Amino acid sequence: MNDFLQTVDWSRAQFALTAAYHWFFVPLTLGLGVMCAIMETLYVRTGSDFWKRTVRFWMRLFGINFAVGVATGLILEFEFGTNWSNYSHFVGDIFGAPLAVEGIMAFFLESTFVAVMFFGWDKVSKRFHLAATWLTAIGANLSALWILVANAWMQHPVGCTFNVHTMRNEMTSFSEVLFSPAAMTKFFHTVTSAFVLAAVFVAGVSAWYLLRSRERRMARSSMTIAAVFGLVSSVAAAFTGDLSGGVMARTQPMKLAAVEALYDGSEGAPLVVAGIFKPESERDGGEAFRFKIEIPKMLSVMSFHDADAYVAGINDLLHGNPGRDMLSVEQKMERGRVVIEQLARLREAKKCYDADTVSQVEALFDPSTPEGAEFLREYFAYFGYGYLRAPEQAVPPVPLLFWSFRVMVGAGCLFLLLFALLCWQAYRNRLYVRNSRWLFHACIWSIPLAYISSQAGWIVAEVGRQPWVIQDLMPVDAAISQLPSASVKTTFFIFLLLFTALFIAEIRIMLRQIAIGPESPGELRRNTKAAKKQKR
Amino acid sequence: MNTLIFLQHYWWVIISLLGALLIFMFFVQGVQGMLYEVGRTPEERDIVVGVIGHKWELTFTVLVTFGGAFFASFPLFYSTSFGGATYVWTAILLAFVIQAVAFEFRRKPGNLLGDKTYEWFLMINGFAGPLLLGMAFATLFTGAPFTVDRMNLLEAGGDTVISRWATPWHGLDAVADVRNWMLGIIVLSLSRVLAMHYLLATLNDSEMRERARERSGLNAVPCIVLLPVFVGAVCCLTGASYGDGVDIIAYEHYRYFNTFVEMPWFIPLLLGGVGLLVYGCFTGWWNGNRRALWFSGAGTVLTFFTLILLSGWNHACYYVSTVDMQSSLNIANSSSSEFTLKVMAWVSLFIPFVVAYIWYVWRALFRRVETPGDTKRMNIIDFFNSVKF
Repeated sequence: MNDFLQTVDWSRAQFALTAAYHWFFVPLTLGLGVMCAIMETLYVRTGSDFWKRTVRFWMRLFGINFAVGVATGLILEFEFGTNWSNYSHFVGDIFGAPLAVEGIMAFFLESTFVAVMFFGWDKVSKRFHLAATWLTAIGANLSALWILVANAWMQHPVGCTFNVHTMRNEMTSFSEVLFSPAAMTKFFHTVTSAFVLAAVFVAGVSAWYLLRSRERRMARSSMTIAAVFGLVSSVAAAFTGDLSGGVMARTQPMKLAAVEALYDGSEGAPLVVAGIFKPESERDGGEAFRFKIEIPKMLSVMSFHDADAYVAGINDLLHGNPGRDMLSVEQKMERGRVVIEQLARLREAKKCYDADTVSQVEALFDPSTPEGAEFLREYFAYFGYGYLRAPEQAVPPVPLLFWSFRVMVGAGCLFLLLFALLCWQAYRNRLYVRNSRWLFHACIWSIPLAYISSQAGWIVAEVGRQPWVIQDLMPVDAAISQLPSASVKTTFFIFLLLFTALFIAEIRIMLRQIAIGPESPGELRRNTKAAKKQKR
Repeated sequence: MNTLIFLQHYWWVIISLLGALLIFMFFVQGVQGMLYEVGRTPEERDIVVGVIGHKWELTFTVLVTFGGAFFASFPLFYSTSFGGATYVWTAILLAFVIQAVAFEFRRKPGNLLGDKTYEWFLMINGFAGPLLLGMAFATLFTGAPFTVDRMNLLEAGGDTVISRWATPWHGLDAVADVRNWMLGIIVLSLSRVLAMHYLLATLNDSEMRERARERSGLNAVPCIVLLPVFVGAVCCLTGASYGDGVDIIAYEHYRYFNTFVEMPWFIPLLLGGVGLLVYGCFTGWWNGNRRALWFSGAGTVLTFFTLILLSGWNHACYYVSTVDMQSSLNIANSSSSEFTLKVMAWVSLFIPFVVAYIWYVWRALFRRVETPGDTKRMNIIDFFNSVKF
C-alpha cells in the first residue's frame, strides 16, 4: 500500500513537472505568434523594410521557443497512457476525441505553415507569407482549444454517460463537451493570459534595448504594439477570469473555498486580500487567519455577482450543511460505495449468467428512465467518493491555493496597470529613456513575474482539483498505472534533468539572440537578394 | 455490417495508414543516424541536417496524431500498451524529445551542451526511434504479457488497475522475441534506405550523392532479406480470434495466413508494396535514380499499411495477451463508442484537405537543392544563423 501511494505521488509529481515545463514555453508561442502576425500585417500594408526586420527578429525568438514546447507536449500526451492508464481507459472515449481533432486540425496546420513562416521569406508572395504566419498562430491557438476542452471536461464532466459494461464514460454530445461553460472560460482565460505573458515579454525585451540605446525605433514600435495588445488581453483575461470564478463557484465549490481559505460559509462572504495563516494546531474550527485584510461581500460578488449570495465554506462541504441541502463528504462516500456495490452485483450476475440482475443494474444506469436518471443524479454523481479513504482527502491544500491565486490575480492587476501606463506614454510619444526609465525597468522585471503568475494560475486550476482527476468521478488514486514507485521516481528524475537542461539552454540561447539583435538593413538586403536568387 | 462494426474497421484503416506514414517519415531519422557516414566534414553535415531540418515537425506531428488517433479510437489499447510497456514507450519518447531540441539548438551559440552533443542526440534518435517503434509494431503480431479486467476498477481500497503487466519488465520483454527484433531491424534499415533516397532526390553535390547511392544499397540488404522472413513468420503464427457478438476469444493456428486466404486482396496489396520497395531499392542503388524515393516511399507505405491492417482485420486480435487469451485486444472490444467513432469519422474527412495543403506548401517552398550554399539558406537552423552572431 505504501508503494502504491508513493506511485500515486510520484506520478503526480512527474505529470506536474512535465506540465509546468510545457507551460513555460507554450504561452510565449501562443502570444508571440499572434504578435508576429500583427507586425507582419503592418509590413505587408506599409511595404517598409523596417517592419520586415522587426518581424523577422521576433520570429527568431518564436522559433527558439517553439521546439521545446512541441517536445514537452509530446511527453504530456503519452504520459496519460504511461502513468495514468486507468484514467485513459475511463475517459478515453471523451478525452481521445479532442486529442485526435487537435492532431488532425491544429498540429498539421501549425507544423506546415511554420515552415513557410521561417523559410518562405521572398520565396512565396508577401500575402501568402502573411497568411502562413496567421495560420501558424491560429493553429497554435486551436491546439490549445482542444487540449483545454479536454482539461475542462476533467474539471466539469458533461455530455457523457456511464457504460456499465465497458466501465467508462462515453460521450453523448460533442457540442456539450466543446461548448460547456467550463471549457469556454478555460480556453479564453488561458489564451488571453498567454497573450499577456507574450506582451510582457516583448515589452520587457524592447525596454532592455531602449535602456541600452540600441534598436530604438524597433524597440519603441514593438513596445507600442505590446502595450496595446497587452492591455486588450489583460482586460479580456480579467473578464474571462471573472467568468471562470463563477463557473468554479457552481461546479467546484470545494476548490473555491480552498482558494479563498473560507472555512465557514456565509451570505455576503468577504474576500481576503491577504493574510497570515494560523498554524494547524492553533486552529479551532473555523478561523484560518491570525491576521487578514478583507473586502466585505466581495467574494459573493465575484462568485455569484450578488453581494448577498451564500458562498459555501470548507467545513460546510466537508461536514455537510442540512440547512443548505449540502451533503457531507461522508454521505457522498456512502453513495459512491452504493454505486460500486451495484457494479459489483453486475459483475457477479454476469459470471452466473443471471440476466434479471444484469437488467436491474443496467436500468439503474439508464438515463432515459426516471429511475435511472434519479440514480445517476443522486448516487453516480458521487461515484469517485466511494474510493476515498477519509473525508479529509476531499480538501485540497489550502495555503498553496490561497497564495497561488493571489499571485496570479495580483500580477494580472500589475500588468493591467503596466500596459495602461505604456499605452499612455506611447500616446504622448514619451517612450524615451528620459521620460520612462523606471517604467522600462518595470517592464524587464515583469518578465519573470509573468512566468510565475502563469504557473500560479495552473496551480490554482490543477491543485485545486485534487483529490480528483475527474471531478467527483475518479480520484487520482484510482487513475494510475500499475508501476513500481521506484521506476516512476527514476523517470521523474530523468525528466527533471532533461527538462532543466533544455530550460537553461533555451534561456541562454534566447538571451544570446536578444543580445545579438535584429539583422542590420544591409544584412536584410543581402538575405533577401539571396532568397530571390534561389527562387529563380 | 452494422455502423459500429463499420466504424471500427474504418478507424483501423486510419490507424494503419497513420502507422505506415509514420514509418515512411522515418527517413528523417535515417538521415540523422547516418549523419557522419554521409557528411564527412562539418560543412557537409550542415547540409545533411539542413535538408531534413524542416521535416522533423512533420514526423513529430504524424507521431502525435498517430498517438492521438489511437487514444481516441482504441483507448483500451492506449491504456494497456502505454501503461504496461512503459519502459519502452518512455525510451521512445525521450528519443523524440532530444531530436526536437537538437534541430533547434545544435548550431546556436550558448546552447549549453555543445554542437557535438546535439549531433549525438540526432544520431541516438536516428537509431533508437525506428528500432524501438519497429519492435513495438511487431508486438501487434507477437503479443505481450498483459491482463485486462475492467471490473478491477471496483476494487476500491485495493488494486484498481484495469490493465496490468504480468512481468516486472514493462515492455522490455519484447527483446526476448526474435521476431520483434526482425521488424525493428527492418524499420531501422528502411529508414536508412529512405533517407539515402531522399538525399539522392534533394542533393546535387555529386560526391555526396554517390555516397548516398552506395549506402542505399548496403542498407537495403537487411530490409529486403528480413521482410519476407518476417511475413513468413507472421503467416505461421498462432494468433487469437473473436466472433461477432461473442465475447469469447479463441486461439487460431496460422491466424494471419488464414486472413490472406479469406481476404485474398491482401496478397496483391502486400506484393505490390514489397515490389515497389524492392524496385525503389534497386533503382536507387543501381543508377542512383533520383526518383527512387517515389517507389521506395510508396512501397513502404503500402507494405506497412497492409501489415498493420492485417493485424486487426478479419476478426484477428491485434494485441494478443500471451498470459491470458481472453484479455487480448481486438478492434471490437477495445474501441471507443459508436458516437465517438462517428464524430471522429466526420473529423477525419479533413484529412485529404490537410494532405492537399501540405503538398501545396512544400511544392511552393522547397525545390531541389543545388549547392551547399543554397542548402544553408533553406533550413531553420541556418535561417537563424544567417543573421550575424
